[in-house]
Amino acid sequence: MSLDRARQLEMFRRMLRIRLFEEALIAHYPVGHLSIGQEGAIAGACMALRDDDYVTGTHRSHGHPIGKGAEIAPLMAEIFGKRTGICKGLGGSMHLTDTKLGLICESAIVGGGFPLATGAGLSAQVRGSDQVSLCFFGDGAVNQGTFSESVNMGAVWKLPVIYFCENNGYAVTTPVEKSHGQPEIARRADGYGIPGVVVDGQDAEAVHAVTLEAVERARAGEGPTLIEAKTYRFDEHSNRLAIPIEYRSKEEIEHHRKERDPITLYRAVLQARDLLSEVEAIEEEVRKTIDDAVEFAKASPEPEMSDLWDSMYVNPIGAPVGGEGL
Amino acid sequence: MTMRNATQKLSYLQAIVEAQREEMRRDERVILMGEDIAVYGAQTLFDEFDEKRLRNTPISENSFVGVGVGAALTGLRPIVDLTIASFCYLASDQIINQAAKLRFMTGAQLAVPLVVRTSTFYNNRTAAQHADRPYPLFMNTPGLKVLAPSNATDAKGLLKSAIRDDDPVVVFEDINLWGKKEEVPTDEDFLVPIGKAAVRREGGDVTIVSIAGCLPHALSAADALAKDGVEAEVIDLRTIVPLDKETILASVAKTGRLVVADNSHKVGSVASEIAAVVSEEGFESLKKPIQRVAAPQVHVPYNAALEKQLFVSKDRIIEAVRAIA
Ligand SMILES: Cc1ncc(C[n+]2csc(CCOP(=O)(O)OP(=O)(O)O)c2C)c(N)n1
Ligand SMILES: [Mg+2]
Repeated sequence: MSLDRARQLEMFRRMLRIRLFEEALIAHYPVGHLSIGQEGAIAGACMALRDDDYVTGTHRSHGHPIGKGAEIAPLMAEIFGKRTGICKGLGGSMHLTDTKLGLICESAIVGGGFPLATGAGLSAQVRGSDQVSLCFFGDGAVNQGTFSESVNMGAVWKLPVIYFCENNGYAVTTPVEKSHGQPEIARRADGYGIPGVVVDGQDAEAVHAVTLEAVERARAGEGPTLIEAKTYRFDEHSNRLAIPIEYRSKEEIEHHRKERDPITLYRAVLQARDLLSEVEAIEEEVRKTIDDAVEFAKASPEPEMSDLWDSMYVNPIGAPVGGEGL
Repeated sequence: MTMRNATQKLSYLQAIVEAQREEMRRDERVILMGEDIAVYGAQTLFDEFDEKRLRNTPISENSFVGVGVGAALTGLRPIVDLTIASFCYLASDQIINQAAKLRFMTGAQLAVPLVVRTSTFYNNRTAAQHADRPYPLFMNTPGLKVLAPSNATDAKGLLKSAIRDDDPVVVFEDINLWGKKEEVPTDEDFLVPIGKAAVRREGGDVTIVSIAGCLPHALSAADALAKDGVEAEVIDLRTIVPLDKETILASVAKTGRLVVADNSHKVGSVASEIAAVVSEEGFESLKKPIQRVAAPQVHVPYNAALEKQLFVSKDRIIEAVRAIA
């Protein structure tokens, strides 16, 4: 899992896919929560996982499947609400869950993923599998009871879970310092007797390195790690929610866009390693992948009412109740 | 002093903000808590009240509602904003096991003057974890009062009544109505009584009981039906608990036909309860079976066209009326 050249380029590819996927959304199909600015943390973490490792995510869901290596077109079609979407157009922007790559939930209920990721770790332990489970969550989610309760269970049962915080500094308009008694999120790990690590989320390779260490610990049966990746969201909390107050300065945003863009930073690293022509080929390829995905999404059919009923139960017993005629 | 009959043009959401402003001025025990409250309309309150009484909470629904309950038990009158109704589930332990039960379990030693505000966020392309209309869950919980206003005037008047009430009240605001403007009374003592439905349109052929955001659809259905000579009486329920049986039964006694429009899921819905009450207590007046127009037992999909089809519409109400005409 260490990063040879091919995997360095793959990590760059996934970061760029997240960026261009979302830029295409801004242009073609405006939706809520974007991960632009957070690509280094997401791809860095995912590159430390195997395809069969589990992932849970959040309302800011686009980056997680892309980071895990998912096919792009079904993700795009999902956002367009189409039947060819990864969730048949039923889940949408906050829920891009590609189970083929181990994603088991993108929860729009903040904090909803902690128990599920912990449960996936429990499952791996009980089945004697060496899979691990990685739980993505935001800084705001740490204040849900499910965080404490789940991390404690993960710790006491030594479950193979990585609790990975995308700390972008804010929950909607609330800065971390105004909502956390202990704003250093990694230090919360002390309360559960597990390691807590801080990493620069704009440095994809650094993120990869700390995550890999946590994954190895988990696979070895030594239990969970809490990782806090310090990152930044470049756009508004949600492009569908009007924010009437200025809770972060324009200078702060500009600083991050100019100086702390994880893609610009990693591109420079790869260039210094003489990989510019490979990088340029990837840029060309990703642009085409995204354009093709938009075309695919546009041309795809809408889901039908029967898809709703068909998606409810594995084993429906008798006629549907309460929906006759619809 | 405001004039007795003065009004001001306000949207549903602005009316809610004004209700809170007036009650916070009137009674310093009233505080407001919730996540990013400025984003949900309260930013202008910050010009007038300090952060002691306006609190942005961490994302900890069960506990901040419980904090509201604890403060209500000990001398404050908190308004807790749970923003989106699907998040009520996270706080349901504190609402149901504590707020609704503490008075009873202490043999009436305690009171819980708490208001929980929340909004039903459907028809907004946010998918199943944001779009629930969980009124029936709370209707099935004794000890709570449950409100669902359908216009700006009621949103203001009912919220003010809720804040002044000594029991826990859950207010469901409907985001499909947030932007709707009308003239709203500015009198600080203008209240809409809890427990009283409003007859919005009189008619003798069929009764349509409408809950929250169903009202505009019920009224346009009634207009369309009138063109075909069917006169519908439209009742806006306004309060879900306590249910205004009298107004509903009196109307059904006149019309003999009942359609209930409810955007919650049909099974165990508010419409189901109303149908049960009318068949128990008004059976003799019924000429035809009661019709429930509600959401089917599937979750809310992200796809906008399908989402829309789940909910009450003018056409679905007309169809239900025709079925029993
Ligand atoms: C249980 C719950 N409460 C509130 C919300 C509304 N909400 C959506 S995202 C969000 C902020 C989350 O902040 P954070 O965890 O830091 O994630 P970020 O948005 O910064 O990625 C809030 C309050 C929600 N979706 N679920
Ligand atoms: Mg955040």
